[in-house]
Amino acid sequence: MAADSTVAPTTLGERAEPTRRKNVHLSDFVRYRGGTGMVAWALHRLTGLGILFFLFAHVIDTSLIGWAPEAYNAAIALYRGAFFRIGEILLFAAVVFHGMNGLRIVIIDFWPQTTLLQKRLFWSAVAVSLVLFLPAAAYMAICMVRR
Amino acid sequence: MNNTRWARPESLLEVYSWIFMRVSGVVLVVLALGHLAIMHLINNVDIINYDFVVHRFVGPFWRTYDFILLWLAMLHGLNGVRIMIDDYLIGRGWRTLALSVLAVVGVVFLTLGSLVIVTFQPLAAGR
Repeated sequence: MAADSTVAPTTLGERAEPTRRKNVHLSDFVRYRGGTGMVAWALHRLTGLGILFFLFAHVIDTSLIGWAPEAYNAAIALYRGAFFRIGEILLFAAVVFHGMNGLRIVIIDFWPQTTLLQKRLFWSAVAVSLVLFLPAAAYMAICMVRR
Repeated sequence: MNNTRWARPESLLEVYSWIFMRVSGVVLVVLALGHLAIMHLINNVDIINYDFVVHRFVGPFWRTYDFILLWLAMLHGLNGVRIMIDDYLIGRGWRTLALSVLAVVGVVFLTLGSLVIVTFQPLAAGR
């Protein structure tokens, strides 16, 4: 959006800042050393997007139940393949992390004094996520291999 | 600027959005993890089929659970994308286009999902 740099700031929209803004590049992201907070923020967006895209697919596959039993069973049969089972494990990781990091955000937002503990809270979210995720992932992997 | 005062929000919509993300997020931790545990661990894709869903949707409990989960997850996700669009799409035209597409996608998927959960009736001809 090169054109925007020539537009007066006030016409950029109500959310635009008074300073001139430029597009965000990957190099900015690497250079900006935000530490755990930045990692958490990036992972939260990434996992959120991933979960939403799965949700779209999930609404479509479930809607087949109102279409025909054969159509629904065929869609579920697709989910039994190795590709989707590995995807299912990744979905677990995404949901568990997004949820635990979300709780970390809620804690910091409602009890601002916990900002001082934000690094410890991040690693706690990671730890709780792993405790929830690893046994589930191991079990799903066993189910996948044993089938 | 007076630093002792809270910043005035740009619009009340953003305040409601902020509250919604936190409230729905906490509820979703319970509902989504519960859904994952029941449908992916206790049961899984080897067990789930048409008959399984017919059995599951006999009473109103799981329909209600799924309906609340669908709406909270969809609105939470769509609102998250709305915030991302506001963050990354600075051009007014592109942003309006993206927000419009997002709104259409949201209406389509929420309608489709709700219709399935509310109107599903097992086939009388039974399988």
